[in-house]
Amino acid sequence: MDLGSALQYLISGLTVGSTYGLTALGFTIIFNATRVINFAQGEFVMLGGMLAVFFAGFFNFGLFPAIVLAVACTTLVGVCMERVAIRPVQGANVINIIIITIGVSIFIRGVVMIFLGKDTFALPPFFGTEALYFLGATIIPQSIWILLITMLVLLGLRTFFNNTIFGKAMLACSFEQKAAHLVGISVDRMVMLSFAISAMVGSIGGVILAPVTLTSYDVGIMLGLKGFASCILGGLGNPFGAAAGGLIIGVLESFGAGYVSSAFKDAFAFIILLVILFFKPSGIFGRADIERV
Amino acid sequence: MKKSLLAMAVLLAILISGQAYAGDTIRIGAIASVTGPASFLGEPERNTLVMLQDQINEAGGILGKNLEIIIYDDETEVNKAVLAADRLIRRDRVQAAIGGTTSGNTLAIMSNFTRAEIPLVSMAAAERIVNPVDPWIFKTPQSDRHAVTRILNHAKDQGYERIAIITVSDGFGQAGREVLRELIPEMGLTMVSDEIYGPRDTDMTSQLTRIRNQNPDAIICWGTNPGPAVIARNRQQLRLDIPLYMSHGVASRRFIELAGTAAEGLLLPLGRLSVAEHIPDDHPQKELLLNYISDYEARFNTPVSSFGGYAWDAMMLIKEAIEMGQSAEPKDIRDNLEKIQGFVGTGGIFNMSPEDHNGLDETSFVMAMIEDQDWKIVSE
Repeated sequence: MDLGSALQYLISGLTVGSTYGLTALGFTIIFNATRVINFAQGEFVMLGGMLAVFFAGFFNFGLFPAIVLAVACTTLVGVCMERVAIRPVQGANVINIIIITIGVSIFIRGVVMIFLGKDTFALPPFFGTEALYFLGATIIPQSIWILLITMLVLLGLRTFFNNTIFGKAMLACSFEQKAAHLVGISVDRMVMLSFAISAMVGSIGGVILAPVTLTSYDVGIMLGLKGFASCILGGLGNPFGAAAGGLIIGVLESFGAGYVSSAFKDAFAFIILLVILFFKPSGIFGRADIERV
Repeated sequence: MKKSLLAMAVLLAILISGQAYAGDTIRIGAIASVTGPASFLGEPERNTLVMLQDQINEAGGILGKNLEIIIYDDETEVNKAVLAADRLIRRDRVQAAIGGTTSGNTLAIMSNFTRAEIPLVSMAAAERIVNPVDPWIFKTPQSDRHAVTRILNHAKDQGYERIAIITVSDGFGQAGREVLRELIPEMGLTMVSDEIYGPRDTDMTSQLTRIRNQNPDAIICWGTNPGPAVIARNRQQLRLDIPLYMSHGVASRRFIELAGTAAEGLLLPLGRLSVAEHIPDDHPQKELLLNYISDYEARFNTPVSSFGGYAWDAMMLIKEAIEMGQSAEPKDIRDNLEKIQGFVGTGGIFNMSPEDHNGLDETSFVMAMIEDQDWKIVSE
């Protein structure tokens, strides 16, 4: 196989994988704070893209104010979701809360469908449309943006968790909520913060991907599913494993479609996921859970 | 047991007597996917039927009788379509029916109408609906075969020999793929690549890279939005200058908007409704198309699409059949539908026969190229 094609598969895999990774990151942050899988995560990604299109197109804001506004609004939606749908049932079973998140995702999708329409939309690329040639493969500038912004988000989160008092407090909550509460950390506030951060990260993913792949009210379902697969692959609870998991799934899909058969593109991600779950249930980068007695 | 049977019989009697034919109305049923994934098809169809009902009644109805179109939304779900079909047949006792919107739903409800001996005019494209011919089933959209023939004729005229295809893995794409795989060798061309993508896929550069490695003369893509727009964009990214044909599945302005500059130079077969202002003035469809477009856009304030036209054709064919036979009995409607010749509709000129329950051929399409973000007819 020639180098150009292989490189092309790698680039498109990394581009799509970045959004899987950002979605997976969102899953992980909320899971760490609450032990709940938030199935509305894909909807945050969709909201990011759709709202950016809406603000840029209907209000004629510039592209960048529209993007900032879209991310801000989605973050607000994340906070509202926690206040309205999650906090009132705090003591409930994890399974019940997961089902609530599925409900929220259907609700968000419905609202967007009614107000923004059922069509597919395109967002203009951030800078430049002229593709670059590189060793027989072509890269569009937006792909570089996607990779760059994903790296920045990862770096930002790392700094946040390691070097700020809020980040450390959130980490403490994820290890042991009761102890965190005892040392004076407001667990409620940390849970809300986790929803805000997940929504923000998800919407950033949606915004940067929209110029390449187009967006519509129902893109969240598949992205959510792939994101979930990524975070299982990387090890649930490990944010950087989740991001890496996303990239791995994206690249595998792309190579699978390129070298084996494009008909089974979606199957590759899920086959890999099943194999991993079978042989290493804690994920590639996860540690095996030690059951406390 | 006996009591409940009696109760049921009474109930049935009440239901039937309440819903008996009202002598002065003609009842036509319709099943459309107004909501759900196929709503982009079903909504304009529903709108068109609502508009036609008003227009026909204002003009004095059919045979002097009031027209009532009973429209059910199947939410793009097969089981809801079947339930709606039963309701139209048993409770509403319609004289003829229109629907479903999608091929899958039509195939599911066909046998019900055949059994009830009520003619059904489908708004879905699949060839299987009218081939083999079922005496009670008709359809208005052109078949994939007509679109494929039109594309391959054009490709042959250009001297292309090696053809690559890329199709979406849903019903529309796979039906197209079957016809393409059959007709490409039949017309003396070679198929060098057969790629597939998922309806929700967001990146097709892998498939296009594979196609590029086969070095074809032309690529044919079969899908509905948004996939083909992504493929057009990916083609531009990869700087492929191989000509790209699209199917009639993307025959809307929306596609040009989505694909942006990547749409320039793409070729596709279009029904004349999409290019109404570009067709010659003496074409028999011209006036009808312009009227339909202005009526629709004035009433619903959204741009017209070829899908609404399928509903227009279905309703007007039924009206024509009723007027031909001076009778709204299901049996007479069916017999006369089959005899319709030279009927000018939005999709083309219909020539029905007992062997052909669609009545259109490949001349119902024009070949168009996208130029300066607009359609341009390249061969009439």
